Amino acid sequence: MSSGNLAILNGRIVDPVAGTITTGGVLIRDRHIAAVGKFEIPAIVETIDAKGAHIAPGLVDLGCFRVDMPAFAAGGITRAALMPDQAPVLDHAAMVQWAAAAGKPDVWIHPIAAATKALGGTELAEIGLMKAAGACAVATGRSWIADSGVMHRLLGYARALDMLVIAHAEDGGLTAGATATEGETATRLGLAAAPAIAEAMAVARDIMLAEANGARLHFRQLTTAAAFDLVRAAKKRGVAVTCGISPAHLLLSDIEMSGFRTFARLSPPLRDADDRKAALAAIADGTIDVICSSHDPKGPEAKRLPFADAEDGMSGAETLLTLSLTLVRDGLLTLPALIALLSTEPARLLGISGGTLSMGAEADLILFDPDKPWKIDSDRMAGSAGNTPFDGLPVQGRVLRTIKGGVPVS
Amino acid sequence: MSAPFPHRHLTGIYGLQPHEILFLLDEAEQWIALNRATSKHDDRLSGLTLINAFFENSTRTLLSFEIAGKRLGADVVNMHAGQSSVKKGETLIDTAMTLNAMRADMIVIRHQSSGAVQLIADKVDCPVLNAGDGRHEHPTQALLDTLTIRRRKGRIEGLIVAICGDVLHSRVARSNILALTALGAEVRVVAPPTLMPAAIERMGVIPFTDFNAGLDGADVVMMLRLQNERMDGAYLPSPREYHALYGLTPERLERAAPDALVMHPGPMNRGVEITSSVADHPTRSAITEQVEMGVAVRMACLDVLTRRKRGVEGWAT
Repeated sequence: MSSGNLAILNGRIVDPVAGTITTGGVLIRDRHIAAVGKFEIPAIVETIDAKGAHIAPGLVDLGCFRVDMPAFAAGGITRAALMPDQAPVLDHAAMVQWAAAAGKPDVWIHPIAAATKALGGTELAEIGLMKAAGACAVATGRSWIADSGVMHRLLGYARALDMLVIAHAEDGGLTAGATATEGETATRLGLAAAPAIAEAMAVARDIMLAEANGARLHFRQLTTAAAFDLVRAAKKRGVAVTCGISPAHLLLSDIEMSGFRTFARLSPPLRDADDRKAALAAIADGTIDVICSSHDPKGPEAKRLPFADAEDGMSGAETLLTLSLTLVRDGLLTLPALIALLSTEPARLLGISGGTLSMGAEADLILFDPDKPWKIDSDRMAGSAGNTPFDGLPVQGRVLRTIKGGVPVS
Repeated sequence: MSAPFPHRHLTGIYGLQPHEILFLLDEAEQWIALNRATSKHDDRLSGLTLINAFFENSTRTLLSFEIAGKRLGADVVNMHAGQSSVKKGETLIDTAMTLNAMRADMIVIRHQSSGAVQLIADKVDCPVLNAGDGRHEHPTQALLDTLTIRRRKGRIEGLIVAICGDVLHSRVARSNILALTALGAEVRVVAPPTLMPAAIERMGVIPFTDFNAGLDGADVVMMLRLQNERMDGAYLPSPREYHALYGLTPERLERAAPDALVMHPGPMNRGVEITSSVADHPTRSAITEQVEMGVAVRMACLDVLTRRKRGVEGWAT
């Protein structure tokens, strides 16, 4: 099947651009989409019978922390934007080149350049050289840039290079030492906590700086009502600001930390029930542009510790589509609109291919069954670690095949 | 019929029913008399090994558990973090498994991280007692405080108890809030705004930032220790200002009920959170009595938690 010629038949085609679901198939020639819907099947071509499964563009994951091929394949991710928080940090053109090659051919890794040297937040990294080496965007990494002067100059510099700036939105002064969001759960557990407005404070500053510089700004994950209000208002003014969220923040609240469950220790931390509802509303009204996995696999050496000593992050790639499908079942989004948040929009923001079924596009596709029941099990994940706060949850919807450039990788 | 205390561990007051708390207090009563006798020995834990694993410094709690174990006849071993392989980078779970493999029959743990004791309790075969984890819980302290109040006041229900000081960082406050509200006391917490936990009212208490208002008519005034590192300007301007606003002085105590009890878990910062004349007051202060009750309460906890293993009638599985 490595020829890159393939016919997928008897599927239900989810087109996120047209916003439609139609029956039919996809014909792939030389790794690119040659026909969609009804077409004559060339005699020599290999075929896959979708047996009624849904066919959609492969997912484009805007912001993961680890190159984890089995998890990407299992989760239907055909392109992953890699955060610069690697060891060593992606703050040099050579590191960007190395990272870009890490996934080929099965999944394409799109490195995101570090905004500052060693992500220290003080000196600008060689963003222009990293762009030339293949960086698709520039990011502040796991933390924010505390110095407003540095952030101001970064946004102006990135604007000149027409690069998207991806920011982490938490005011570091408020979140210093914190492991949770302030509230009843953190108080009962005795966890050091930061007020949820730490997020909106960072968002307010960065929106003002982006607006002043005319830069494109994306918040990788926003999770609070106050932050969504700021983004909503800025979009109305025409500011080029966008935001993403992970399924965990849409489906879980801070009560999941009860019993000191370190799998529920995330960054940004889980919020209270009101903020979670605000996130769902922001999905429904289009304030949120992207749903990302924030894939950050962590083994027991990082998680089997007291809560305060454990590391942040969840393994999210495999369950990205499955958990997001909840939004369709709950009536917040149509299925094509969900696929757009998972593929078309992130590809557009990063300026990379993907997220479309148009003729001539690269044949990055997934086959999935939106209703297939299964149970998330930490001990039986395809990826490099099973640190998911959804462990044990019965869910619906699963990726059946992942096809990258016309070649099935799962 | 299930045993009157069905829990395997004592990781916190959280999860205990009011009658289970009262059961532990009732059990402690018998040990007060023994501890006051000339011969302070009982051999019911004879042959059992108690390990006190203290990852954080402690003098009185460690001593209290050690005395409690020895008075009941157990072989007591103390492990300090300074002497342990923790300093060589061993994980907490590995340390716990090591203690477990040495066939400890009871493990008492103090650790600087909230939740650390639960983590160990989930991994070992013997009962685990929490001697303080981070800012989470310190259940035996709450039990000894509750016992002290009950003996002095004859009841818990309906009493107004003001817990005052650094509530944010205090495991003593959290465990006492849980125990006292479960037994029907009206609990107030008094703290400077910088040391007041968010949403603390959701734990069923009334928060006050004005010390004088919080003391008004209180039957019990429970002072908390202020850690030195809170006084460097990050949370509080200075010890002097803290004393002026939140120190318990004889004049302030006048606002409480005429027979109000003064308590402190120790060690005290005399002249900061409490004035010496209040701390040493011959009738109002219960501070030394708290220490005495501590040994009795810990004897009761060690006895009760090992009954299943010892095959005590009505407790064996």
